[in-house]
Amino acid sequence: MAASLLSQAMKRCSAHTCAAVAVRRALSSGAATPSVYTRFLLKLSHYFYDVENILDWNNWLRSQGVIHKNRLFGYAQKNFGNNVAAAYYILTLRGSFRFAGQSEWFRPDSRGRFSYDFMSTPDAKIEEVDLSGTLINHNGLENLVKQNKLQTLSLRGCPEVDDWFLARLHVFGESLVELDLSHCSRITVGGLAALQNLRKLERLDISGLPRLQNPGLVRILLEEMLPLCQVSGAEYEQGLIQPDSQEQTEGHHEASTHTGLRHL
Amino acid sequence: VITKRNKFFLPVFRDLDAQLRAFRDKAAAAMPGSDWSPIELTPGLPPERADVVIVGGGVVGWSIAYWLKMKARVRDGLRVLVVEKDPTYSQASTVLSCGGIRQQFSLKENIMLSLFSAHFMKNINNHLCVVNEDPVDLQFNHSGYLFLASEKSAHIMEENYRTQRYVGAKVALLSPSQLKERFPWMNTEGVALASLGLENEGWFDPWSLLNALRRKAVSMGVYQCFGEVTGFKCAANLAETTDGEVLNVQRIKYVNVRMPNSLEYQPVECAVVVNAAGANSGKIASMLGIGLGPKESVSGVPLPVEPRKRFVYVVHCPDGPGLDTPFLIDYSGVYCRREGLGGNYITGMSPEETEEPDISNLDVDHEFFQEKVWHRLAHRIPAFEQLKVSNAWAGFYDYNTFDQNGIIGLHPLVPNMYFATGFSGHGLQQSPAVGLAVAELILDGGYKTIDLSALDLKRILLQEPILESNIV
Repeated sequence: MAASLLSQAMKRCSAHTCAAVAVRRALSSGAATPSVYTRFLLKLSHYFYDVENILDWNNWLRSQGVIHKNRLFGYAQKNFGNNVAAAYYILTLRGSFRFAGQSEWFRPDSRGRFSYDFMSTPDAKIEEVDLSGTLINHNGLENLVKQNKLQTLSLRGCPEVDDWFLARLHVFGESLVELDLSHCSRITVGGLAALQNLRKLERLDISGLPRLQNPGLVRILLEEMLPLCQVSGAEYEQGLIQPDSQEQTEGHHEASTHTGLRHL
Repeated sequence: VITKRNKFFLPVFRDLDAQLRAFRDKAAAAMPGSDWSPIELTPGLPPERADVVIVGGGVVGWSIAYWLKMKARVRDGLRVLVVEKDPTYSQASTVLSCGGIRQQFSLKENIMLSLFSAHFMKNINNHLCVVNEDPVDLQFNHSGYLFLASEKSAHIMEENYRTQRYVGAKVALLSPSQLKERFPWMNTEGVALASLGLENEGWFDPWSLLNALRRKAVSMGVYQCFGEVTGFKCAANLAETTDGEVLNVQRIKYVNVRMPNSLEYQPVECAVVVNAAGANSGKIASMLGIGLGPKESVSGVPLPVEPRKRFVYVVHCPDGPGLDTPFLIDYSGVYCRREGLGGNYITGMSPEETEEPDISNLDVDHEFFQEKVWHRLAHRIPAFEQLKVSNAWAGFYDYNTFDQNGIIGLHPLVPNMYFATGFSGHGLQQSPAVGLAVAELILDGGYKTIDLSALDLKRILLQEPILESNIV
């Protein structure tokens, strides 16, 4: 009873994501166990309000940073056109892209600086985009919706890409051919179901998604849903319950698939 | 060792362990720091005074409580009490719902409500995350809704499509050939047009949303009480209308909350009462005399919300449609959606007006599935000719018998009771937006975000229904 009183006293209403939640989210993303420093800070934050507050402010600032990066580039859209605005947005996120009809890629350098050559071709639509490791989220996609010639989209390791982002990808339904979703820790099967609107999809990568409990089954269902698509990153046997070695091998395959399905 | 003398004390020794334990407990209770008091207080009584009492602890009630506290930013600035009859939520409509959310309505207020709710759920952790607790996971499936229209209702669907696109919903119309190419497992016979939701549509777990709202509201200081509202104590005044009719206007002063399994009740003094009782809203309204007056007067019009039982059947079909199954709603009224990845589906149908099932209990009528639902389902999805019903449940709609749309606003006879009920199966998907609307009504006096004047209660008294075309 004393413990419950203490925990009630510790609960304050706050709109910030707390440090423990942030660490749990990082843990669930499949990263290795957090560093000694992170665990030490978390332990301290359980004992001291000051440390908990500082970690909360840190997380709040980080989330504000994500919101700022994904703001609508309305000024650029109004004055320079949608294509230039989309290009500018991708480069400020530290992604890279290639225009349709051109073969060279526009990339920022390691310090995030880039040249403004993309502004010389305002009518060129973007064909391939590499946004791996960036902080793009579903709001930021608003800057890219007019790119109806987009064929390749790589979102490898983006921490803010979730199911709602995948639901918004329907705007590229007529053109998207390749999609790489590997290591995006927030994606679940509910979001992958939204990919049914991408009818022209030919290559899909779903490796390293920790929230998929049955990657093999999801691969089968995705291949059934998108007949033209080749799904990589999950083997058919992943998620199946492996039978004991003493069991008969004749009923082996049937038994393993049935037990796997029954566990859903 | 039991000797002749010890046999006399044997009963004492037998109980000694229990007696020592009882003595230890009494001693601990007498120490400071324990919650024992010589006056026996009933646990779980509501506070004696509250600013807003919300009758009904479903998703609409908790959403209103959350938004009231969010708008009144000062801690303890507003004392909100949520009264819920059943702590197990065994008959609550919220948890028995299929959990779908769609923007494919014909009324623009309905579209705006569910669009706002979808945006709320998109950023749910920014709204509802609590310090030191797990983030909220709604298990949202983004598969969209698919409405099918026959020849005679295709024009209604086209008109609705225009309204939906105008308000901002992302919907696409499909012809039968496009439908066949997209969903090869479907039989498109009789379908003239189909409407598919591309974004912000799908289904989720209603219990997660309810608990997230409740957890956040309680962390902000909302009082929760499990008890039944058995009556109100009002101050009556007489008011005369312009026609000369004399109305008995009752202002609620106390809400009587009765404790579960007891006759004890606590009158809670309050300023505002919100009726979010769902299927039981009509009963709450009749406690204030709404509907019990003479036929042609204002007090003779009852609140047209009554419980209607609906069945949901869980079927298993191993060869059924796969991951792309949307929430399919056929023009015959039958609906079906995927549940999980193992070939399970949830299906049901709204019965005819004349064949409404009995509402005294939540028993499931399996004959209804065999006779009414199965052949329509198998006609639309041929793979469902081979299926097995593995489970079924029933739940109540808070059915608005007048026009099947929500009722939000004040009643002229009770100037401090706000109604937020009658959503007829759409309460869950509209709850975050309705909560904000009612909170704005109470604290700001008018709508600020979404204008819901079309759903006001006065349309019931003026007998002006606003009907939705294509209702399920």
